[in-house]
Formats: sequence, structure tokens, C-alpha cells
Amino acid sequence: MAIYTEQEAREILDKAMSFSKADACVMYLSGSESGNIRYARNTVSTAGHQSNQSLQVVANYGKKSGTATIDEFDDDSLQSVVKRAEELAQLSPENPEFMDPLEPQTYDKPVNYVEATANIKPEYRAEVAASSIKPASEQDVTAAGFLDDGASFRAMLNSKGLYAYDKSTSVDFTVTMRTNDGTGSGWVTRDYNDISKFDPEEASAIAIEKAVLSKKARAIEPGRYTVILEPAAAGDLLRNMYRSLGARTADEGRSFMSKEGGGTKLGEKIVDERVNIWSDPLHPDVPTATWNGDGLPLKKTTWLENGVVKNLAYDRYWASKSGVDPVPFPPNMIMEGGDMSREELIKSTKRGILVTRFWYIRSVDPQTLLYTGLTRDGTFYIENGEIKYPVKNFRFNESPIIMLNNLEALGEQVRVNGSLIPYMKIRDFTFTSLSDAV
Amino acid sequence: MKRRDFVQLTGMGLGAMMLPFSTMGSNIAAEALLEPGLDVAAKKILADVALNTARNLGASYADARIGRYLNQYVFTREDKVQNVVNTESFGIGIRVIAEGTWGFASTNDVTEDGIKKATSQAVAIAKANSKIQKEPVQLAPVEAHGEVSWKTPIKKDFKEIPVSQKVELLLDANSAAMNNGANFVNSSLFMVNEQKYFASTDGSYIDQDIHRIWPTFDVTAIDRTAGKFKSRSALSAPMGMGYEYLDGLESEKLVGPAGLKLYRNSYDIIEDATLAAKQAKEMLTAESVQPGKYDLVLEPNHLGLTIHESVGHPLELDRVLGYEANYAGTSFATLDKWKSGDFKYGSDKVNIVADKTQPHSLGAVGYDDEGVKTKKWDLIRNGILVNYEAIRDQVKIIDQNESHGCCYAQSWNDVQFQRMPNVSLEPGKEKYSVEEMIKDVEKGIYIAGRGSYSIDQQRYNFQFGGTVFYEIKDGKIVGMLNDVAYQSNTQEFWNSCVKICDESDYRLFGSFFDGKGQPPQVSAVSHGSSTSRFKDVNVINTGRSI
Repeated sequence: MAIYTEQEAREILDKAMSFSKADACVMYLSGSESGNIRYARNTVSTAGHQSNQSLQVVANYGKKSGTATIDEFDDDSLQSVVKRAEELAQLSPENPEFMDPLEPQTYDKPVNYVEATANIKPEYRAEVAASSIKPASEQDVTAAGFLDDGASFRAMLNSKGLYAYDKSTSVDFTVTMRTNDGTGSGWVTRDYNDISKFDPEEASAIAIEKAVLSKKARAIEPGRYTVILEPAAAGDLLRNMYRSLGARTADEGRSFMSKEGGGTKLGEKIVDERVNIWSDPLHPDVPTATWNGDGLPLKKTTWLENGVVKNLAYDRYWASKSGVDPVPFPPNMIMEGGDMSREELIKSTKRGILVTRFWYIRSVDPQTLLYTGLTRDGTFYIENGEIKYPVKNFRFNESPIIMLNNLEALGEQVRVNGSLIPYMKIRDFTFTSLSDAV
Repeated sequence: MKRRDFVQLTGMGLGAMMLPFSTMGSNIAAEALLEPGLDVAAKKILADVALNTARNLGASYADARIGRYLNQYVFTREDKVQNVVNTESFGIGIRVIAEGTWGFASTNDVTEDGIKKATSQAVAIAKANSKIQKEPVQLAPVEAHGEVSWKTPIKKDFKEIPVSQKVELLLDANSAAMNNGANFVNSSLFMVNEQKYFASTDGSYIDQDIHRIWPTFDVTAIDRTAGKFKSRSALSAPMGMGYEYLDGLESEKLVGPAGLKLYRNSYDIIEDATLAAKQAKEMLTAESVQPGKYDLVLEPNHLGLTIHESVGHPLELDRVLGYEANYAGTSFATLDKWKSGDFKYGSDKVNIVADKTQPHSLGAVGYDDEGVKTKKWDLIRNGILVNYEAIRDQVKIIDQNESHGCCYAQSWNDVQFQRMPNVSLEPGKEKYSVEEMIKDVEKGIYIAGRGSYSIDQQRYNFQFGGTVFYEIKDGKIVGMLNDVAYQSNTQEFWNSCVKICDESDYRLFGSFFDGKGQPPQVSAVSHGSSTSRFKDVNVINTGRSI
């Protein structure tokens, strides 16, 4: 069993710390149990189970640090891993950005571990695959999917007495359904901390329906269109913006957050005033750990409020250099939505494109956060409030900043990839070419 | 990619890299990289435990891979060392066929007991999954090689070079960049040694020692008044070589258009960093491209990525068959196109070969991860699609009875599967230089180095950027361009290939961390080519204001 309780983890870390002779020391103990099943061509292709545990010791002398890891926790092993980290520290070059270990902190109690998820068995995974394959084969469709679940824990102890612990569970599921004539494809993604919220039949049915509806797509001219982005599509583009919220690159003048003439866009309105984005480790739908790898507490943090940049992320080094408190990078993203359902958004659209998901998103210009990528697995033309017909996939070249300035309407929020993202309607979204890919 | 499989190594500056955590193993001292692993005789005894256990439990086939994977990564920025990482990972992976079905298990408990337990697990998984198996495994025959070995022909083992020398080289490159106008520079050095022992019930015991290296950097220049920044990355290639790649031999240097310095099998990082800083500054004021149709003159360190995405991936047989449908996607190069015998993938000039034996390449090994001796074969001949990339359990589908030898696992604890071999464009047969090629172009763009890349899930529509762009007007380079990306369709693009320079310009491009599969695995692969010209390709302008 690789999931230690808070007490068991503390005992191992206390024992290891008792061997430390360095000026400073930080130790990380972690473990996970995970399982997966993969299927394709309507049959199981691979299945696996992994169990891992490790102790990482970071020893410091002055500004020199050394890291050693081990996966056995008897006294001799603990003593030798600490000694090795100390030897490596003595040999390593100085890191001018080294920060002394943090003083003890208080953390909120996390809510991201669910026993039922930790207890998933191989038989359940096979049932999920079967519940996807059976309806697919009944409808002349081929299923390819992947289910991955796991439980894990992390604990941290430093030489100033800071101790942190949490355990978490997660399950991620994706399935692609392709019609056997090769002209239609549908996809769905689901992720949870709590497996009891997962309905594999419902998920597979949506992917099958999209596959069938997307058969024999028509080609329409690329150009600027009003789009309704499903949360998986919108989330993938926004995540790229979210990762670029660091204060350091902004201060250094090499971020989209850097300003002409120097300085950053902190406090400036950069997108539509209906855009509100925050992170919250205790949100019941997307809970996360309540501390990060530096030992800093994670709290609810507002990033964009009424379209205005409210925070940039500072690590401990850059915060101390800038004379501010550290602001940890967000563990999740919650974007405020509206009341409209997917159907209501479609109904409200005179002419537009419904996008299931984006694929192969790559940065084109970090200056403007311009990204390229393609639509995939269900792209439909909307006219006078109705889905009229499937359309061939498009390549887009678009920036999430331009996109959030062209906001028409926000719909309901959905959990995607650990974040809560609303359906959104965007005008003038830039599609630059057509793709024959199904 | 799964969050928990990847750790973000800090200090890569812009575009922080996601590196595969699972292949890295435990941190060790640099000196410990030099310690010998188990000797071959001991590995044979342990591998036989797995093979015999599998046979006794009713497996019809088994293979065992005892792997020791050593990595050393060095990261710096400007005048600072950010991180030096030395890791070792050691264990055994056992793959079996029982009741017509694959089973796999791995363990780092490389003892008789540990191996027996993992082998039983592999057989149990195979038997459990056989109940829902609809396509029993059929393996193509393979030669029994007996006890053999293979080693990357390196001149300098990175493990024997002191870390201080590597750090000094990167810091010297950084200071060359800073002294030539850079505002920021991040540099890194990735070095890998795979010590792999393979044994199978087909009668092979193969010991291999594989080396790879990748020096790279990103130089950034900033105009604070205009609020602009531009980056220029290294024109190095990751290689299947030892530390000698960093010797910077004059004999391996080529001079490109507009004073560009290009490198074949030896890299001068200080020279490249110096030029990179000057070019990053020049980019801040370079002209923005006029969108439209241009003839593209593509340099090998750029064209390699286009080959990788538009030829290497679509010809992976598992993609063609649908095994990757839920992740990377399928392929436009379907079996009916191949069977027709006249599918025009490219122009008559286009000859593309797969080659797992090419010297200095990332994919070069003596034997693949299922004991097949590696070889070279045609994928596209005179523009016609003639073959795929396939392994032992796939070749029957394309009416062949010999594996292509491109099976690979990133580590002992991952199951091996079909991966891309080195896929390269043959040089032109007639003597023809880059200079002559540029002279023949009226309206064009010369592109060097890798940039932004994106392609659809069946590999039709793609968009590529590059590292540096130069405008060609009436046979001459007239200046640097910004905001360039080209969009095309794979078949249209390769059919627009009108000229390929001769072999004196032939070089390798490489991809060090190519991802595929669920859970994802990385592999490293090279793509050779000479500078080539593509007619009337659609170029877009990627400049925006926010």
C-alpha cells in the first residue's frame, strides 16, 4: 500500500530529518496507486497498474543544494539518502536564487480525496470499457478510449518544522467514437475526484451521438465566425493564457502581460468586463491540494475581475526581490458562467459554428498569445438557432485575449480537466483554413 | 498528457518544458553514472528466470527487458546554474503472450523472486484480457540472434566529462549571447544513456548501450519602449552521439544564406549563441511578411520537423489501424491508398526512407525492443507510397512476414510498442547547392530551424513556423522577415517539392521527446534531408495586436 496516513508519513519524515546535518533541509514523501485500461477497434488493447512511493531529500549548505531520492524507508535507507543529498549539496554550484526553508504554515483541510475512487478495481475498468464498446458496436461505430484512475498522497517536512500533508484521488476518462464509414467522429472527456459522479454510459452515448451527427461533413469557407465553444474547447485555449500569469516574465518584458514602455498590465482591463476568473482549492466541484511544492498555503485567489488583471503569480524568490508577498500559481481555474444551457446558446445564434474540442494547440506568438490548432470530433454549422449540418474541421489562429474581448455570451459551467469552464459564445473567431481530417 | 506523469522542470524560461518524470528514475551523484551495471552473464540468468516462469505458466511467447537508464541534464540562465540533474532508473519489464493476448508487468525488484512475481502478473493480465480479446496476436517470425551486443559508436562518453566542464560551456555560450545584445538566455544540455538487455523465448540475448545528446538554448531580445520581445532558439540538433558533438569541428560547419552558420555532425554552441543574440535583436525591427503564395526554401533543421509530422506519423501502422484514435489520431494514408500502388504522396523527386541504422541518428540501434535486427526500407519511392512503419504483431496486416524493427519502450517499466523510425528525405542526385536554389527563386522565403508546429489528427492540414526567415526576391536574399507561418495539406505540399539540394547539404534534424500512447511515452528520432524547394505554398501573417 503506497498511500500513507498523515501519521505514518510524519513518522518516516521525522526519522529521516533526525539524520540531517545540513544548514537546511526539505523532504518530500509521496506515493500513488493508479490503474488504467485502454481500448481501440472495439476491443481492449492494454491495461496496467502502477504503484510508486518515493522520498526526496533536498539538503542545503549556504546557497548550495543537493537532491537525492529513495523508495525504501527503513532506517539505513533513510540515513543513506540524507547523507547522499548532503554530499551532492557540497559538490554543487551555488544557486543565487536559493530561498531559506519556509516557517511553519497553517493550511485549510483539503476535500479532494474520495475513498470510492481509491478502491477502483480492474473489473470496474473492464466494465467501463465494455459499456463503451457495446453501444458503439450496436450502432456501426468504433470505440477507442482510455480510463485512468489513481489515489496519491504527498507530505513535506522542512528543517524549520513546516509539515504539510494531503491525499487526493482522480479519475480521467476520454473516448473517441468513429463511424465505420470513416466520415464521422465524436469525443467526450470526463474527470472527477469522486468516481460515483461518473456515468460511463452517458459519456459514451454523447460521443456516439456526435459521431453519427458529424457524418459526411460539408466544407464551408474559412473566415471569421461566431462560435459556441464547448467547455473542453474553451478550457484548452484559456489554460494557455492561465499558464502565462507569472509576474517574473511580465516584469522582465517577455510576456503578454508586459507593457509598452516597461511595467506590467496588473490593474488594467484586458478583456470583456463579464470575464471573472479565480482559483479555489476548496471548491467542491474542482477541489485540489491546499498547499504547493514550496509549502505555501493555496487560498482562493482572483486573477481577472470584471476583465481587470487582479493578480500575477510570484514565486518566493521573485516576491522577495520585488518586495511583495508570494502569490502561488493557481491549482485550478474557475471561470464565472451564465445561466444559458448549450441548447439555449444554440437557439440564440443566427449563424455560427459549434465546436466540440480543439486539437494540437501550439503557441505561434507569445507576444500576443496567438495560438494555432484545429477543431476535432464534432464541428457543426448553426443557422437560425438550430444545428443545420456538420462541417469539415477548421484550423484556427486566435489569441485567448482577443477571444475574451469578443465575448457574446456565457453559458453553464462544466468541469473539464480539473477546472470549471463555461460554454461561451464568441464573435469573429478566426479560422484560417480547412482540414479534411475526420 | 497526464499531470502526474510529467514534472515541470523549472528554469527553462519561456516555454517551460514538460519532461517525462517516469523515465528519469532516482537522483544520483554524477560520479555514480560511471558505475558499471550488472554484467551480461548475470543479466542472462535473471532474464531466463522470466522466460522460464512465463513458459511454465502457459505463455506461448515471452520477452524480458532489463534496463538501466542514466540521464544527466544541466540547466542554466544568463550567469547562473539553475539545476544539474543526474538520475538512474533500473528494473525489468516482462511481456508475454498467453491465450493469444498480450500481458505486461514490470518491477524494480530485479531478483529471482521479484521477476517470478512480475512474470506471473503479466501472464495473469494476459489471461484476464483474453476473455474480451477479438484479435488474437500473431507475431511475424524473427531470427534467433543468440548472444549479441551493440553500442552507439561514440568518441566521448558524457559520463566521463566533469559536470564543471559542461556548466562552463553553457555559461560561456550564455555570456556570448549576453555580450552580443541578448537580454535573456536559457541554455540546457540533455544527455541520455540507455543500457538495455533484451531476451526472448525466440532465442535472442541482446545487450545494447545507447547514447543521445541535445544541447539547446533560447535567446531573447527585448525592446521595452515598444513592449516587444523576440526569441531565437539554437540551430543544434539532438543526436545519437557522445559528447564529441560539442567539439564544434570546422569541417562539419556549413555557411548558409545571410551569414547563417549551420551544423552537420559537430556543433559550436558559442558561435551559434553569438549569432542568435544578433538575430534576436534584428527580429525586433524585421519586416512583417505580406501574406500570399511563396516558393519556400526549407533548410534541413526546419524541414526535419515537417517530415516528422507529415510523413513519419501518418505512416505509423498502429495509427492507420486505429489504435491511437483516442489520442494522437488516425491517418489519411489508409491501407487502400497503399494497396492501390499509385498513391502520389509527393512529386517524382520525393524519395523517403525509414532507417534504424543511420549513423549519428537518434533512432539508431542494433536491435529493436522486441529483438528484431534493424534495417533500412523505403516508405515513398519516386513520390509513390510503398510501405509503412510496422512491428512484429502488425506486419501480417500489410502482407509482409518480416518486422521493420521499430518497436520501442521509453523505459523498463513501460510496454514496448510501435514507434517512428528515423524517416529521411533522400538528397537530390544532381549536384545542386543552396546558393543555386536561391538564385532560381523569384518570390520566396528561406526558413531555417524549428518553430511552431501543428497538424490535424489525420495529418492532412498543417501549419509550421520556423526559427529565422529571410525573404528571397529575384534570386537574392533581401532581408529578414517576421510573423511567417505556412499552411498546407500534406499531399499537396509534398507534390509541390520541385528541387532538392545534393548530399553535400544533407543534415539531421531531431526530436528528443516525441510523445505517443496512453499513458504517454517519449522516444527520440532523427530526420535527414537537404535544403528543398516547395512551389507556391500559402504563407500567412501571424502578427496581431492585443
